Amino acid sequence: MRLDGKGQVDRGTPVRFHFNGQGFSGFRGDTVASALMANGVKLVGRSFKYHRPRGIMTAGSEEPNALIQVGTGDAMLPNVRATMQEIYPGLETRSQNHVGPLNMDLLSVNDLFSPWLGAGFYYKTFMWPRAFWEKVYEPAIRRAAGLGRMTRKASPEESERAFGFCDVLVIGGGPAGLMAALTAARSGADVILAEEGAALGGRLLSDGESIDGMPAEIWVAETVAALRETGRVRIMTRTTVTGAYDGLTFGAVERVSTHLPHDPDLPRECFWRIRASQAVLAAGALERPIAFPNNDRPGIMLASAIRTYLNRYGVTPGEKVAIFATNDDAHHTAVELIEAGVEVSAVIDPRDDVQAIGDYPLHAGAEVIGSHGRQGLKSIEVRRGDETFIVAADCLGLSGGWNPTLHLTCHQGARPVWNPTIHAFVPLENAIEGLHPAGACRGTFDTAGCLGEGVEVAALALRALGKRIRKPDLPVADDHSGATSALWAVEAKGRAWLDFANDVTTKDVKQAAREGFASVEHMKRYTTQGMAPDQGKSSNIGALAVLADTTGRGIPDTGTTTYRPPYTPVALGTWGAGARGKGFAPQRFTTSHKAVTTRGAPMIEAGLWYRPSYLPQPGETHWRQSCDREVNMVRNAVGIVDVSTLGKIEIIGPDAGAFLDFLYTNTFSTLKPGRVRYGLMLREDGHVMDDGTTACLAPDHYVMTTTTAFAGPVMAHMDFVAQALRPDLDVRFTSVTEQWAQFSVAGPLALHLLNAVLDDPISDETFPFMQCGAVKVHGIDGRLFRISFSGEHAYEVAVPAAYGDALYRDLVARAESLGGGAYGMEALNVLRLEKGFITHAEIHGRVTAFDIGMQGMMSKKKDFIGKAAATRPGLLDENRERLVGMKPVGPVKELLAGAHLYEADAEPSRVNDIGYITSAGYSPTLGHVIALGFVNNGPTRVGHHIKMVDGLRGVTTEVEICDPVFFDPDGGRARG
Amino acid sequence: MARLTARTAFDGLLPITAGDLRLEEVTHDRITWVSPLKGQMAKVSRALDKAVGADFPSPNTHAKGVVWFGPDQALVLGKSVEPMNGAAMVDQTSAWACCALDGSEAAEVLARLVPIDLRDKSFGVGAAARTMLGHMNCVLMRTGKTRYEIMVFRSMAETLVHEVERAMKMTTARHSLTP
Amino acid sequence: MIIPCPLCGTRDQREFTVRGHAVGLDRPEGEVWSDDWHSFIHLRENPAGRTAELWYHGGGCGAWLVVDRDTVTHEVYGARLASEGRA
Repeated sequence: MRLDGKGQVDRGTPVRFHFNGQGFSGFRGDTVASALMANGVKLVGRSFKYHRPRGIMTAGSEEPNALIQVGTGDAMLPNVRATMQEIYPGLETRSQNHVGPLNMDLLSVNDLFSPWLGAGFYYKTFMWPRAFWEKVYEPAIRRAAGLGRMTRKASPEESERAFGFCDVLVIGGGPAGLMAALTAARSGADVILAEEGAALGGRLLSDGESIDGMPAEIWVAETVAALRETGRVRIMTRTTVTGAYDGLTFGAVERVSTHLPHDPDLPRECFWRIRASQAVLAAGALERPIAFPNNDRPGIMLASAIRTYLNRYGVTPGEKVAIFATNDDAHHTAVELIEAGVEVSAVIDPRDDVQAIGDYPLHAGAEVIGSHGRQGLKSIEVRRGDETFIVAADCLGLSGGWNPTLHLTCHQGARPVWNPTIHAFVPLENAIEGLHPAGACRGTFDTAGCLGEGVEVAALALRALGKRIRKPDLPVADDHSGATSALWAVEAKGRAWLDFANDVTTKDVKQAAREGFASVEHMKRYTTQGMAPDQGKSSNIGALAVLADTTGRGIPDTGTTTYRPPYTPVALGTWGAGARGKGFAPQRFTTSHKAVTTRGAPMIEAGLWYRPSYLPQPGETHWRQSCDREVNMVRNAVGIVDVSTLGKIEIIGPDAGAFLDFLYTNTFSTLKPGRVRYGLMLREDGHVMDDGTTACLAPDHYVMTTTTAFAGPVMAHMDFVAQALRPDLDVRFTSVTEQWAQFSVAGPLALHLLNAVLDDPISDETFPFMQCGAVKVHGIDGRLFRISFSGEHAYEVAVPAAYGDALYRDLVARAESLGGGAYGMEALNVLRLEKGFITHAEIHGRVTAFDIGMQGMMSKKKDFIGKAAATRPGLLDENRERLVGMKPVGPVKELLAGAHLYEADAEPSRVNDIGYITSAGYSPTLGHVIALGFVNNGPTRVGHHIKMVDGLRGVTTEVEICDPVFFDPDGGRARG
Repeated sequence: MARLTARTAFDGLLPITAGDLRLEEVTHDRITWVSPLKGQMAKVSRALDKAVGADFPSPNTHAKGVVWFGPDQALVLGKSVEPMNGAAMVDQTSAWACCALDGSEAAEVLARLVPIDLRDKSFGVGAAARTMLGHMNCVLMRTGKTRYEIMVFRSMAETLVHEVERAMKMTTARHSLTP
Repeated sequence: MIIPCPLCGTRDQREFTVRGHAVGLDRPEGEVWSDDWHSFIHLRENPAGRTAELWYHGGGCGAWLVVDRDTVTHEVYGARLASEGRA
């Protein structure tokens, strides 16, 4: 019910929204919870396990009950707390966790079975028969479990991420936080002030206090204005600091537009990584409920929440309110309700010596032991001594004291400390260096104390920063925090809830202890206490107190469970903000990208690069048709392929040759300018890392090529070798991968084509195989390398990338006029397979130079990376799996990469495994499928027949081992 | 003889604007990587000063088109420099996609993408950084109060535009929010 | 984790990759397999506490660093260039 003259919502701006399809009206500034409450809605959801009817329990992010789905279609988000979701025109919300309408949930039948659904029932019930698990139990449980529903499609609403830096991060915008921020800003520090709520002020907005003689909300507004005036404070409202990480880095979720109708340009939320030089934690405290039988009925809520709804939203959750509290503070709630014209039917306080501070019926020394009302509270049962009686109430406020919100101080592993005076855990001193708690989160509950601590703690931070401290004047405020006693659970018959979200009762905790799960971490997992979206914010301490009581160990010895980030649930889309598509991984496009995509080439990813798979011609309906044509084209005419993706590293300096000698197994210091050599690079453990050609451009000046996949790792390796292992060498190098667009021109007509684009023609004599040099290509300074990955007479011609697109188009057009054209990765792969050239399919990380038949390339005259390790006898064993070629010889003609090899008559079992296939493809040149792979002692077994078995694809093929070079074994085509 | 037409890295992609933010391509006639060999730093720095009027840059700085690029490495942007004794030099003119982001909230846009502290006191005019923009290695320079130059690998030009444009739009859209 | 690159200043861990213990700097002499080689390649201490590690600033300046840090508290005590040698 809305109360006139109360609250801070904008009464001039009514807002219409929907809950479960029904239209409701509230005001700007309302949350879904306050607006539903104003409309008299009490039942807002169903509990997780027993499907008990549930109402709103809190007014903050700790809400365990009122979890709703927000939005429609793919933008729908489950488990949003109705207490945090602000309303806006057109907002669509739905309750969760019920089958059928909310007020007659079919699964509420679970509640009747509750005697069998206690702690650990999953582990006990679904054990037998074993076969039932997968087919019966799990699907049924999965249907019944889980909170909310998702569409499994990407949400159209995007979030963003951001990096923030400040001198002082102030977490929480209540009295302590405001004073801390003001002190820090006035002392010249850059401040970020993060406040979880929509407005600054914290409890000051809820408690109806006055500061410096003015209503607290006016003081808050003036203080905020003073903060803005400093020009040093970034005020971030609707921002929850979710985690405290290494080096005073904090995670924070800013709800940028969740309070507004969808705007495609606005991020929904922003995930901040904030690095602070110092931080002040002023996160306040969370009130705790009291466990008593049937304490989960809609209408039963925290006393402080009643006060928030009253003062901040101008709403009363009931017309006849009772309060059950162990502390003085909650009595003020009763007084404020009466002042607002709401009837207070009773205040029940277990303390015997307590006095009423207003005109309400007080039952001192009494406890609430039960509640009535099916889908909303009607009355409560009170016990004083031997007497029990009924009190009418449609709302009951609970206050079992306050728990400091110290979560962030524990995110680095610190445990909180029990303070017996306030019956609460407080932060460990210096739990995180540079994170200073102030106010209620360190157990200081009076307003004056919070304001003062804000200043003092900011001074600590400023001192650490070496700033001159300029303290603002302390305002005058209430300095009474009031007395409190501890009451966790009332002793009475019936189920008394601790964790409302996960339906954990005091009985479950006691049972866990009885069954041996007496450590707090075991109890948590056995009962699921604190494992719901609210992470037990209002219930964990109560549950461990009940556990401590049951085991007789006491609360300090029992200890808390581990506090881990995030403090509140974070949507996966927010964690991963910006990490879709190009944001997930950059796309690297070659200069020929447009030309090949225009020709309809399907692109395949090679690391971050995109390369054409093949270039279909009209009439071709299958990739093999295109691939076969492209292979034939290269073998018979000339083909063009972009090879710019290969890593290119320019190496310069007097010790460049020595550096290469150390990197490669073979020798490069003897390479003459104008010549190219193939090189093999090992890891220090003696296995092959990468291969490629290196050209000597001039004395002390080389350009190395790496494979596409290993360009990055090879660069990092070279940096390591140069900086860490051989700082004695005078050598410099840098990547030129992006500088040069490089194209392979391959085929019998390659020379003919090339001479049409070179300013100065070349010939076999002036430019023999493995020659390199500077050339002019249509007047542009370029580089030419006579190297071949296809086995054909071939060149790689390079021009600055600015000219790449033009040169590619020109080369392809010329090739086409010669009966050739562009080819893609499929054809490139077949061409190299026919020649037995290796790629990273073969040098996959556990292969040695010996395994690929290149042991001869390991120089005996010099040291190189991997030399010592490569000489280990085990790496030179004849029986190792070694590189061979293969072809099918039986009726089955398929060879498949990844398939394993066995003797012809052997069982295809692991112990009989003699090798595997790494690459396979159809060779149009040979007219059959060919493959490369590794076979035990393979090179000595050429001509033998073995068997390929692909268990996954169900193919068995009779295979003949052959030489890995299938085509032109003496290499005459490339040389001649 | 055919003529090869040069294309810039952001050909057809830039400029873009959002609010008062503008992302435009910067073209340099020449980009040269310079790295003095052992013991040659002083000599190369003098030669560089003579050629372009700036010493070899100290880490995290740029001046007169010379930007620090890593240990003993710099890029000379714009001017063509003759080979210098004692320095390894490599032409990188085509290797980089260079652009400038300008606007009152340019730093806010970059804070969505770059994990470094961009406050005036740590990244003022004249500051440069080798860092990451999203998942891309970049060179970032502050060239004015509200102006930043960004360099990424040429092949990543499209991704860069996608990332910066998205951040520009979102930053601008935040203006509709009341403070 | 925040790593203080001696060249670039303090930077977020995302710009770095780790290679393991700084023993990686102690490449043995000799081109023949030996116990020294075995321990250089295969044997690593796995201390719970303070240790020296090799990190690569690949998302930054490309320097290899020796980072002095605590594996338990994640505290980083400092970093220096690997090119300056072992000690």
